[in-house]
Amino acid sequence: MNHDFQKDIAGCGLTGLISKKRNRVSGGIIAKSLTLMNDRGNGLGAGYAAYGIYPDFADFYAFHIMYDAQSARFSVEEYIKENFHVEKIEEIPTSPVPEIAINPLLVRYFISPLKEKITGPEGEEDFVVNAIMKINSEIDAAYVFSSGKNMGAFKGVGNPSVIAEFFRLEEYEGHIWTAHTRFPTNTPGWWGGAHPFTLLDWSIVHNGEISSYGINKRYLEMFGYKLSLLTDTEVVAYLFDLLIRRHGLDVETACTILAAPFWKDIDDMDPDEKEAVTALRQTYSSALLNGPFSLLFGHKNGLVGINDRIKLRPLVAATHNDMVYMASEESAIREICPEPDTVWAPRAGEPVIVTLDD
Amino acid sequence: MFKSQALPEYRATIDTDKCIRCKRCIQNCGWSVYSWGGDRVQIETSKCVSCLRCYHYCPTEAIEILKEETTYKPNAYWSYNHIRNIKRQAETGGIPLMGMGSDREGIILFDHLLLDACQVTNPSIDPLREPMELQTYLGKKPSKLEFKHDKKTGKRKLTTKMPPNLKLTAPIIFSPMSYGSISLNAQKVLARTAKECGILMNTGEGGLHEDLKPYTSNIIVQVASGRFGVNPEYLNAGVAVEIKIGQGAKPGIGGHLPGEKIPLEVAKTRMIPVGTDALSPAPQHDIYSIEDLRQLIYALKEATNYKPVSVKIATVHNVAAIASGIVRAGADIVYLDGFRGGTGAAPGIIRDHLGIPIEHALAAVDDRLRQEGIRNEASIIAAGGIRSAADAAKAIALGADAVAIGSAALQTMGCTMCGKCYTGNCSWGITTQRPELTARLDPEVYAVRLSNLIRAWVHELMEVLGALGVNAIESLRGSRERLRGIGLDAQTLDILGVKPVGR
Repeated sequence: MNHDFQKDIAGCGLTGLISKKRNRVSGGIIAKSLTLMNDRGNGLGAGYAAYGIYPDFADFYAFHIMYDAQSARFSVEEYIKENFHVEKIEEIPTSPVPEIAINPLLVRYFISPLKEKITGPEGEEDFVVNAIMKINSEIDAAYVFSSGKNMGAFKGVGNPSVIAEFFRLEEYEGHIWTAHTRFPTNTPGWWGGAHPFTLLDWSIVHNGEISSYGINKRYLEMFGYKLSLLTDTEVVAYLFDLLIRRHGLDVETACTILAAPFWKDIDDMDPDEKEAVTALRQTYSSALLNGPFSLLFGHKNGLVGINDRIKLRPLVAATHNDMVYMASEESAIREICPEPDTVWAPRAGEPVIVTLDD
Repeated sequence: MFKSQALPEYRATIDTDKCIRCKRCIQNCGWSVYSWGGDRVQIETSKCVSCLRCYHYCPTEAIEILKEETTYKPNAYWSYNHIRNIKRQAETGGIPLMGMGSDREGIILFDHLLLDACQVTNPSIDPLREPMELQTYLGKKPSKLEFKHDKKTGKRKLTTKMPPNLKLTAPIIFSPMSYGSISLNAQKVLARTAKECGILMNTGEGGLHEDLKPYTSNIIVQVASGRFGVNPEYLNAGVAVEIKIGQGAKPGIGGHLPGEKIPLEVAKTRMIPVGTDALSPAPQHDIYSIEDLRQLIYALKEATNYKPVSVKIATVHNVAAIASGIVRAGADIVYLDGFRGGTGAAPGIIRDHLGIPIEHALAAVDDRLRQEGIRNEASIIAAGGIRSAADAAKAIALGADAVAIGSAALQTMGCTMCGKCYTGNCSWGITTQRPELTARLDPEVYAVRLSNLIRAWVHELMEVLGALGVNAIESLRGSRERLRGIGLDAQTLDILGVKPVGR
């Protein structure tokens, strides 16, 4: 039905870190940072994304899939085996914790698309994205948590420390981490609804409510995205995917679109930049993220933090040696980096773009 | 003399105690309701249209215009209008004409739509303290952009060639109203205001009068079936060209400006002889198909070095498919004129029974263009009954890039929607060419009033955006999630793409 959908609303806290020299950091560290911001969540969702955690399977798409029913696993695996080479399947290791009485079945797959299945003009990544869309929208009770190479998302219903303990996070080491605790206001927590949201190697953690959700959603639908989760954050993830992967724009330009400068400031830009930004606002007007947000966007080459165009949600950044930290609150950074070299609050709409040194 | 059985609609009254016999009512009434009886004003009330010109210009407030209480026996099936039209037709054998948009009762979807506002989870924004952007561009947009980056500085440079776009400071323009149907002074009010407010007016199909040339950077020139005043200079005079296929008040039919409304200046501008009837055929006789339209669109683009071309249609049952065809034919703007759209003259049967409301049409067109992945190829203008900034906001939320207003603009010039534009007797000097009447409409004075209206709507739109927690109009455009329907059936909600209140 054209009109019959429900949208999820949530508030949140977020934190992230990156080692520009690819020094790997234990998941216990990021969990400590996030746990400090317990009061920004309400125990109905927390999650983590990590890059560099699967060096032995770095060439394979790592699918983390959540099942609410065993039957869904059969359907998904039948579909995967038909379309992908499967290097390894295993259940994601978890520890029993008293706060989590019931958890979905969590399985990870290291896979690569079968070459003969990729027909027509679409590339390998389009093929993988289509497979994710198909699983999420067509197979009941199955949901892909993450799908990138050498990265993964771990998320569920619970407090930050509970989720970290459940997924045995301290056993993973990554050079980029993002994390999120959630305060849903209108829906019971659902494992799939926790952050991060990911697609291929993009991951998003997001604090805020996108007041422009309605048009962002309809814009993405024009490009074939199926918005199955009905959360703001899903929109952000898909917008990054559209702008960067499919339209070939750089990260900075994508940020210019999502948190566009005001016309009054565009008028003062140099002619080339004015022409560029005017064209971006004309062309990508429906991709403007309006309303309060701060978000961290992780990808295989780096980490980006960005606020909405009038900074209606907090975001603080800090550096220490080759490390860059970004979080909703400075205290969350100081919890794991007591003496940063620099600390600052990024200005409204101005992205903090950190790229790996190599 | 034969006395009409069509009842008079209004009763013009003068309080003789208050009347000072100044005769201003006699002078002001374009319909000759009043005449001098030697010692007092005589009233021929059957001629009164309730335009209220006399009321406003009576210095002693002696005049009252009342609804005529004498009426046909009330009948829930045979309405007053049914019976009165039959009487008129029995007397004339003609088609009753109407001016302005349909005033029929019935569901008005705008009034069944409610906008959202922010509370707690997302903050509202104060438009008095924060920037609030209404700037709008009309025209084709690429589906994506490409850049090259300077090797040394890393600076980006746009390499995609942008199609021409029309810049508006607010998503409101004036709907086409031709010189001939309205007076030159009325057009000047529109042109001055468009320039003052950074928006656009539209010549309609009556050509471009010399006096409007200072305003051409805010004028769209129209090409309609009569091709009045069209030559290469005209086509290139404005910022865009509009092909008029149809009008919401009279879908499928042409126009007829009687010879009485064609004095010298109108004749010169329309490039036709003085006093001849100006006939606009029902179809454009070089457009019998979508491929013909494409040829005309590109002929006009060639003639204007590729200025944007707008195509205006009345919203009819298959409007979505038609609009899709228009976009694929190369139009930069699709102008949708809904069922309630205004007119100077239309047969009542056409005005009140053909076409569909703008709300349904707009939703269907926006949906269709998105389904086909061509929404970026053209802007959508919604027109036909935009009464307020609230209607404008709702139309934009349904998917319009901008709205066009006609009746609302004329109301700032004195129009009371009396609906007798076709008589050429407009006492406010708007829809008339009688020099003693048009002289009343001082463009300078009335441009201030119209500019005030635009400014007021701009403020109202900003307040709405602020309450919605967004600070750019594009975040409302097509964002139907911010609308809810009240008292609408499931199918209508589905067509509109809007949830019911409470969901």
